[in-house]
Amino acid sequence: MARDAHLPQSGAELRRLNELRRGDRGVVARVGVDDHEAHGVSAEELERRLLEMGFVEGARLAVLFEGLIRRDPMAVRVDDLRVALRRREAQAVVVALDDDSRSRGR
Amino acid sequence: MTDTLAPIQDRPAAPARAEPRVALVGNPNCGKTALFNALTGARQKVANYAGVTVERKEGQVSTPAGQRAHVLDLPGTYSLRARSPDEEVTRDVVMGKFRGEAAPDVIVAVADATNLRLALRLLLELKQVGRPVVLALNMYDIAQRQGLRIDLDRLSQELGMPVVTTVATRRRGLDDLLAQVDRLSVDGLRSDDQWHAPSAAELRAAHREAERIMKVCVRPPERPDTWTGRLDGVLLHPVWGTLILFAILFLMFQAVFTWARPVMELIDGGFKSAGELVNHTLPDGMLRSLLADGVIAGVGSILVFLPQILILFFFIILLEDFGYMARAAFLMDRMMGVAGLHGRAFIPLLSSFACAIPGIMATRVIDNKRDRITTILVAPLMTCSARIPVYTLIISAFIPPKVVWGVVNLQGLVMFGLYAAGIASALIVAAVVRRLFWRSAVEPFLMELPAYKAPDLRNVAQNVLMRGQIFLRRAGTVILSMMILIWFLSSVPGAPAGATGPAIDYSFAGMIGHAIEPILRPIGFNWQMGVALIPGMAAREVAVGALGTVYAVAGGEAATGTLASTLAGHWSLATALAFLAWYVFAPQCASTLAVVKRETNSWRWPVVMFCYMLAAAYLAAFVTYHAAAALGGG
Repeated sequence: MARDAHLPQSGAELRRLNELRRGDRGVVARVGVDDHEAHGVSAEELERRLLEMGFVEGARLAVLFEGLIRRDPMAVRVDDLRVALRRREAQAVVVALDDDSRSRGR
Repeated sequence: MTDTLAPIQDRPAAPARAEPRVALVGNPNCGKTALFNALTGARQKVANYAGVTVERKEGQVSTPAGQRAHVLDLPGTYSLRARSPDEEVTRDVVMGKFRGEAAPDVIVAVADATNLRLALRLLLELKQVGRPVVLALNMYDIAQRQGLRIDLDRLSQELGMPVVTTVATRRRGLDDLLAQVDRLSVDGLRSDDQWHAPSAAELRAAHREAERIMKVCVRPPERPDTWTGRLDGVLLHPVWGTLILFAILFLMFQAVFTWARPVMELIDGGFKSAGELVNHTLPDGMLRSLLADGVIAGVGSILVFLPQILILFFFIILLEDFGYMARAAFLMDRMMGVAGLHGRAFIPLLSSFACAIPGIMATRVIDNKRDRITTILVAPLMTCSARIPVYTLIISAFIPPKVVWGVVNLQGLVMFGLYAAGIASALIVAAVVRRLFWRSAVEPFLMELPAYKAPDLRNVAQNVLMRGQIFLRRAGTVILSMMILIWFLSSVPGAPAGATGPAIDYSFAGMIGHAIEPILRPIGFNWQMGVALIPGMAAREVAVGALGTVYAVAGGEAATGTLASTLAGHWSLATALAFLAWYVFAPQCASTLAVVKRETNSWRWPVVMFCYMLAAAYLAAFVTYHAAAALGGG
């Protein structure tokens, strides 16, 4: 499923995008809604919207900026696109962190 | 191609198929509208699609083959899987399924050459529709400057469609594009429509295909755009970015309120003189009154806001083209979210400080219908500029210009308080609406932050002028008819011979004012105020003139100083404050209600808006009046 260009490093630390901080980078490992929180749209629909904005397995991802209040929303770079999203939706994206982004004192 | 659809009324009478119909399709921010402007120049027509409130922009262009082509600028979209009314229109028109709209002969897919990956996925979908497609790689100059190499022949081969490069803002590549349109329009329909809404698995497959095409056709830029990242470092900074946003807003407001003033005074003066001219040349009677007080005063009351609206749209379009608007939505999303509003509601609400009508028209950028309606419902609570004359009059009459807390002018403080009350109530109402009408969770907030681009001034000017035209046509016709209706209520029947009071006393408005006096008494209003509220329905500031009329102040509106002292003699402080509180909420603008009807396509929302605002106004005035009276202001 992942593109051969950016295979996540084996054994990479997996984290949900909503837990990431500014400066964290990695590769998208999985996109899909598995929580039961209501998103205003169905789980399938949210997954498709995320896919349409470039959140697809294998895409390079970096957290660029965070909002003022509760660090929400967040601005991320997905491959060559910059996208803003709320942490609530970011839960549906699992990221395999790069080595240098791992466990930075959290 | 079978064309059994009913012809649309505003389509020019053209021999079928002789003049190719071209549809521009592309992602948001790909320069599609700039390309449309470059192709069609001033030969554009803006209307609404039949039955929906989506804007339909059509223009004409002559192709190299000497044909006249009709170009349709479709709303920007990321996929044909429509998520908003705008995107539905794009999908249905592209497939030739939109009622009353002929199917396009040629689709021009516009792509930002520097952001091809996103465009490729839309292109793969467009190909499935089976109509002739030509890809216009727009902003090609930026791609070249970045050292981005695109193998055009290979791309054309991979996609199975002709590819041309364009720079819309410099009018480059237009002839190549039109030559392709000529060629493709002869070919006609290529294959059957095989498009269906892609599943998540199909989207992943499309990603892989796009990635494959990228790899064989595009070499990454040697000098990638670093400006966007550097600018974002400041503009999206949680603290600095927010401060800069407020500084930009401050500048915008300064411009809207100070730059516009001389022109507004000129327009106002011009219409006053025209009214006087009519008053002097025509014999006294209904016709003179209709022309001077109804038509001329009505047109004047619309045109006087045009400078403010043009300046407002100038800033909005400039910031939009620059790529800043998405950043503003990002910075404000959380604050707006507290009230259950979407980050994108920020700009429409901001526009409403000038006038709720362009604000409500600007809610089209909000995809989700519920978010959009919530925004529409609270937009009129923002202190629009028509309230300013009313606020100024009452404040100058009742609030002493003394300095409190050492530096603050009390009159300014009250004015600020009225603005703050408007904003606070808008946030509260939005939160209540969300709980009351739709309890579902907030729509996802997913938004592209486009690369910054230097705005093209010619394109900005063209768009500002078009916005101005739309405002005049949409709002103008509504306001004018309302003004004439209100004039009718205020002048008919005329005063009997030997009448002592002002003529408005004897009119329908006077009757209504007297009739509603018992209802108004608990909030401290007298019947004169009731009478003034009726013409105030046309436009809020008209209430000032109407108060002048009912108190028979010589000189009317021109002599607000006299009017202020008259009011100070007739009203108690509690009444004046209640009147201010009333004006924060009151649905005192028939045109806004009419525009809401138009934008939501239903009577439900204007009725909801009218009722809740009226109730809030009454309650606020009631509380204010009694609180002020209890504190000794009675």
